Amino acid sequence: MTGRALITDVQNTWCPGCGNFSLQHTLKNILTEMENEGRSLDNVVLVSGIGCHAKMADYLNINSFYSLHGRTIPVATGIRLANPDLTVICCCGDGDCYAEGLDHLIFAAKRNIDITVLVHNNRVYGLTTGQYTPTSPLGFRGKSTPTGTAEFPLNPIELMLASGATYVARGYTKKMDQLKTLIRNGIAHRGFAFVDVLQICATFFPAADYYTPRVYDLADHDPASFDRACAKAREWDYNSDARIPLGLFYQATFPGFDERMATQGMAAELREKAIRDLLESRI
Amino acid sequence: MREVSVLIGGKAGDGINSAGAMVAQLLNHLGYHIYLYFDYPSLIRGGHNFAVIRGAEQSVGTCRDTVDFVLALSQETVSLHREQMHVGTAIVFNADLVKSDGQGISVKSVLTVEKAPGIMGNSAIIGGFAKAAGIDWEIVEAVFRSHIPKGVELNLKVAQCAYEQLVTAHQIERCSNTPLPLLTGNEAIGLGLVRGGLDAYVSYPMTPSSSLLHFLAEQKEKFGITVVHPENEIAVILMALGFAYGGKRAAVGTSGGGFCLMTEGVSLAGMAEFPLVLVVSQRTGPSTGLPTYTGQSELLFVLHAGQGEFPRLIVAPGDAQEALVWSAIAMDIAWKYQVPAFILPDKTLSEGTYSVDTAGLPAQITGSVPLWDGNPSYHRYADTLSGISPLALPGTKDAVVKVNSYAHDESGYTTEEADMVSRMTEKRLRKWEGLIAEMNGYPQVNILGSAGAPGTLLCWGSTKGVCSEVAVELGLRLVQPVVLSPFPVAQLKKALEGTKKLICVEENATAQLATLTEQHGIIADKKIMRYDGRPFTYESLLAKVRKAVS
Repeated sequence: MTGRALITDVQNTWCPGCGNFSLQHTLKNILTEMENEGRSLDNVVLVSGIGCHAKMADYLNINSFYSLHGRTIPVATGIRLANPDLTVICCCGDGDCYAEGLDHLIFAAKRNIDITVLVHNNRVYGLTTGQYTPTSPLGFRGKSTPTGTAEFPLNPIELMLASGATYVARGYTKKMDQLKTLIRNGIAHRGFAFVDVLQICATFFPAADYYTPRVYDLADHDPASFDRACAKAREWDYNSDARIPLGLFYQATFPGFDERMATQGMAAELREKAIRDLLESRI
Repeated sequence: MREVSVLIGGKAGDGINSAGAMVAQLLNHLGYHIYLYFDYPSLIRGGHNFAVIRGAEQSVGTCRDTVDFVLALSQETVSLHREQMHVGTAIVFNADLVKSDGQGISVKSVLTVEKAPGIMGNSAIIGGFAKAAGIDWEIVEAVFRSHIPKGVELNLKVAQCAYEQLVTAHQIERCSNTPLPLLTGNEAIGLGLVRGGLDAYVSYPMTPSSSLLHFLAEQKEKFGITVVHPENEIAVILMALGFAYGGKRAAVGTSGGGFCLMTEGVSLAGMAEFPLVLVVSQRTGPSTGLPTYTGQSELLFVLHAGQGEFPRLIVAPGDAQEALVWSAIAMDIAWKYQVPAFILPDKTLSEGTYSVDTAGLPAQITGSVPLWDGNPSYHRYADTLSGISPLALPGTKDAVVKVNSYAHDESGYTTEEADMVSRMTEKRLRKWEGLIAEMNGYPQVNILGSAGAPGTLLCWGSTKGVCSEVAVELGLRLVQPVVLSPFPVAQLKKALEGTKKLICVEENATAQLATLTEQHGIIADKKIMRYDGRPFTYESLLAKVRKAVS
């Protein structure tokens, strides 16, 4: 299908000022560019979890798998293994992907499966009306932690580097040009691409005033150096007051899980013969 | 009925299962139908393992209490199984490790003489058994040549050396049957799935389903399938649903504990209407339970697993032959109706070995999946008369394929609108009606034993074998539903017509099948339960049924 309207008629229920609008706009622009380059959007699949981010599946007019909370990545892995012609993009939340489905994230990085994971990291549960997530700062007062959290946040950039991800980036919804480049290059990357997107939650964690003066572009950083990527990843730990680097931390090329796992399919008659041969061998 | 039973035992790590398989093949080549039961504790080395191989003139699916041969690789094999021996039981033992009456072979000396490695020690025991059983050397040689993948010549020398040392203690007569393929229940399920068009098998190891994962992983190139072992059972089922969305026929395998983790995915399959086959091989529960022992306590769990209401197929094959046939049917039905389909074996079936008669095997099922005709604007959940929405796969030109775990409209968009929610619920449930009608075209309920007898045994799954022998002995009818969801109430009532006394036999503590039949007005007069992890043996069940019918 060409020239389709990329935004569906489904009523949008994100709060005014929600960072998800920026991501939606960015994805729409990327899809338009892909189509302009002659790529069919019929071969693009969006997988979303559960949470505010996940409404993207209803709002973008492309193939979508609106999955369960925390379960975008195994679904995306299965889709990619089923059909290597498909471009698979996961929109995940931070509660979704760093709490409920963290095991899947680590394994996707470890396997280097060729999918792109965008984490809408607003550092709060929005849809369940304001509880802390794995990236909320220490002492965050949410509805389940009224006296403040008693645990430090995860640093997902560092975690992904340690897990073997071959494309690790951080974007910010108020730096949309850079965000678009990071996601586009992530989709183009052969292997597992991870983009942590700092996104403000207009209602429960409106952190723009914190982020905007602190962010800077990793322009001079060499993403081929794993050690330097680790150092840059530690510059800001999602908790302490520090400058926040944005951009591509690390990129490497390794064979992907999908390439290694591929098994050639077989015609039904050949299979039946293989079954008969096996039965024969058991006599 | 002419029959023979052989028990082989040793320590975990002694290769009892593969030695048992060789004994089974020897009996197979003497024209016997085979059932092999393998008993082992949940550890890697040291504990007592044993296999009982029963050969009979007619097809069998259970063991007898007594055995005619004991092959002892450990002292425990002789001491623990003393009660299973009769006056004519012939014992063949490894004289280096075991003190016993019967005939000993110094395996160490045989290996030294033949300059063979320790791993070939079991060939000495097999060779000794063959002589003790009066099996012609030609048969031993043929079986070794077919079933020993490496070093067959040296293995044969080892076997022959032992063969020549022993005398025939108990001649096993030949039967007239043609040798048949021997398959474990899990292998039969795997082959059935492949015949049903399996593209991908996804599983996390859990006894007693693991051997299915191992079998398919080993055969993946031969059958052109993808086999994935992900990080946990949650990933297993979600990955399989990803395969299904991409148009690939996927199956998952696990046991009760792993299935607990899969239930959110089962409900997703129900809501988003994904075809998927789930093999849930039962072991003794609750919780970790007895990992390597059997049970039938997951019927009601599997029947109700997953939040919400949606159609599902459950089949419980009674032996490897049924497993081969019904696994293919399960895959076919899953895709035809876009529903989860369960295969519900237990440890006895999964890890037992059976003779499988492939002569009557139905042709490979190619399946008729309703596909989108390409008319403008694809609706994944089009509300059709049958409730089945035509499938399009992502990547299909001009089709936007949207699947959704939320309540959704025909296009797959999330909805909370009351009328739409009701309509789509009814659409999904309408698939039940077609499914019931379709399944009624299959023989869903087996009638064995004395067909018209007023006394009837009711069982499901792997107890088919033991129940049918008891039924024959006592002149009873045996009724075994293979399909358990949709519940084949019409076929079951017909099969039970004229029953005066109904005795339900199950390997669980609460009579789950009887609970299910009660909902359909079929009340069991007596319930015979076993829940110690061990399968019923013929003698133990015979005594209980005899008491129940009197």
